Amino acid sequence: MAEVVSSNNIQKSQLGESLNRRAWLRFRANLPAMLASVFLISLIMISLCWPFVSSLGDQHSDAQFNPPSDQYWFGTDVHGRDLFGRVLAGTRISLLVGLVGALVSLVIGVLWGATAGLLGGRWDNWMMRTVDVLYSLPSIIFVIVIITTLEGVIQGWVESVFAGDGSDAARHVLLYAGLGAVSWLTMSRIVRGQVLALREQQFVEAARSLGLGTWTILWRHILPNVFGVVIVYLTLTLPAIVLYESFLSYLGLGIQPPQASLGSLIAEGAAQINPVRVYWWMIFFPAIGLAALLMALNFVGDGLRDVFDPKSTNER
Amino acid sequence: MSLGYFLKRLLMLVPLILVISFIAFCLVRVAPGGPFDKERAPASPDIERNLKAKYHLDDPLWKQYLRFIGIGFEGGLIRGDFGPSLKYRNHSVNDIITQGLPVSLVLGFVSFGFSLGVGIPLGIWTALRRGGWQDHLGSFISILAVCIPAFVLGPILIVLLGIKWPIFPVGLWGGPWHIILPAITLGTYFAGKVARLTREGMSQAMQQDFITTARAKGVSEKSIVFRHALREGILPVVTYSGPLLADLMVGSFVVENLFQIPGIGVFLVNSSINRDYTMVVGLVILYSVLLLILNLFVDVVYGFLDKRVKYG
Repeated sequence: MAEVVSSNNIQKSQLGESLNRRAWLRFRANLPAMLASVFLISLIMISLCWPFVSSLGDQHSDAQFNPPSDQYWFGTDVHGRDLFGRVLAGTRISLLVGLVGALVSLVIGVLWGATAGLLGGRWDNWMMRTVDVLYSLPSIIFVIVIITTLEGVIQGWVESVFAGDGSDAARHVLLYAGLGAVSWLTMSRIVRGQVLALREQQFVEAARSLGLGTWTILWRHILPNVFGVVIVYLTLTLPAIVLYESFLSYLGLGIQPPQASLGSLIAEGAAQINPVRVYWWMIFFPAIGLAALLMALNFVGDGLRDVFDPKSTNER
Repeated sequence: MSLGYFLKRLLMLVPLILVISFIAFCLVRVAPGGPFDKERAPASPDIERNLKAKYHLDDPLWKQYLRFIGIGFEGGLIRGDFGPSLKYRNHSVNDIITQGLPVSLVLGFVSFGFSLGVGIPLGIWTALRRGGWQDHLGSFISILAVCIPAFVLGPILIVLLGIKWPIFPVGLWGGPWHIILPAITLGTYFAGKVARLTREGMSQAMQQDFITTARAKGVSEKSIVFRHALREGILPVVTYSGPLLADLMVGSFVVENLFQIPGIGVFLVNSSINRDYTMVVGLVILYSVLLLILNLFVDVVYGFLDKRVKYG
């Protein structure tokens, strides 16, 4: 018996490895996706390390509105801060919000979709109707209302539990929760579809006949199998959340100064537009930063989808 | 789509809107602070008490909600009355909506037309030249458009086409000349999205058996693309139109702000910061109703385009 199990394991691991390896080979052949991943990784490394190299991005100085030069590569802003450092700091925050928001949406979406798919019948119908209704609602409007209304509540709570100023923490928590809470719909639909297909498979039936509960089956047998597709849609959710975050920050509802996000930097630049003088670098560089970040995330997401999503492989 | 199913969907909107109004109503009331906190001169307690009494903010919450809905009171939501604005004192929410909504709708529909008019041809073109340099160029353009949000494109267009080479007016709302820049600003992102969806749908449609059949029967290439494939290839775009319209409305907050257009989008952010309770709830309901109806419309169109779909 033990021999059978172990030989089974060997076979399985070999199969899994070769599949992953094939996926990697296909991803590597996709030039835009590879370039985008290299760009993303270096951007993350640089933006994480930059605070140790230079602190000009945080220091106010007399060098207001300096155009790009040898000292200030991207010029300076209204307080004489180095825009290069500010853009990197903004990238850091935007990515952080995108990542945490995407993880929140991942948890909600996977749980909701997997539960609906596994329970089936009336529950499935009811849960997916809810998703349909939520799809047709202006969700970001609710996020705006929630952020403006609940900010004080969360801030008070943070300040009473942890001493000190809670306004930054409150904004971050609301952004993570709010953006995650409106971005899980597609994820739940996709996970449900996968689970519906998987639960008819024999290994699930075998698990059920062994007397395992619904949750154990979900956790141990179904979720590991939807992992690939989930990762793909997680990568595609990331740019959407980064975009929403920068949109909210642009409106003044997201990240607050002195912290910077790419959206709030663009807003600062747009505020300086007038017919007399245009400080073009203040809008140009944050805009390029945001566009490059979003493009890289999209290319990586598309590349991963080409590799993992069976539906799009038919096209090739 | 049968008429019965359509009416059922229409009837479903009523409880849905009640639920939304309840959630929005509770949300704004949970928030600390009130509509009269940010007056220029802080009101004396007496004045504030009188103001609260005038707008019935001193009633218990359930009574305020019933008054807002209009059960047992004059006016109210069921009679299409959103009540008075608490910030713009001499205006009702209905006044502000009737002034701003037409402007926002015009902007929205022109941008919608722009994004479909640019996105669908671009998508078809790239799908037909799949794998060629045209495909790569077109796909790059559409992915670039998706990565440049309105608040980036807007300032750039203003600086280039409004200030450096003053071809277009940079703000306000007058003739058709004023619509062009805002509509491009708002529509570009969606044009990119539509192009990507059209490319996906069209390239799948072009591989179907009925296209081979049509080719074998000697149907002209033009007719194959536009009469046979497009009908199926356009479906992803139709499905996406619902969320697209939602995002278009949201995008209009930024564009109206940038170009100083007197639409309705500017009010949502301001009112929810100012705790203008009636205004926020009114706008949330307005947007929800608009979207729900537009989505219903999209489903009807989908049913007409794809006869295989059965609702109900």
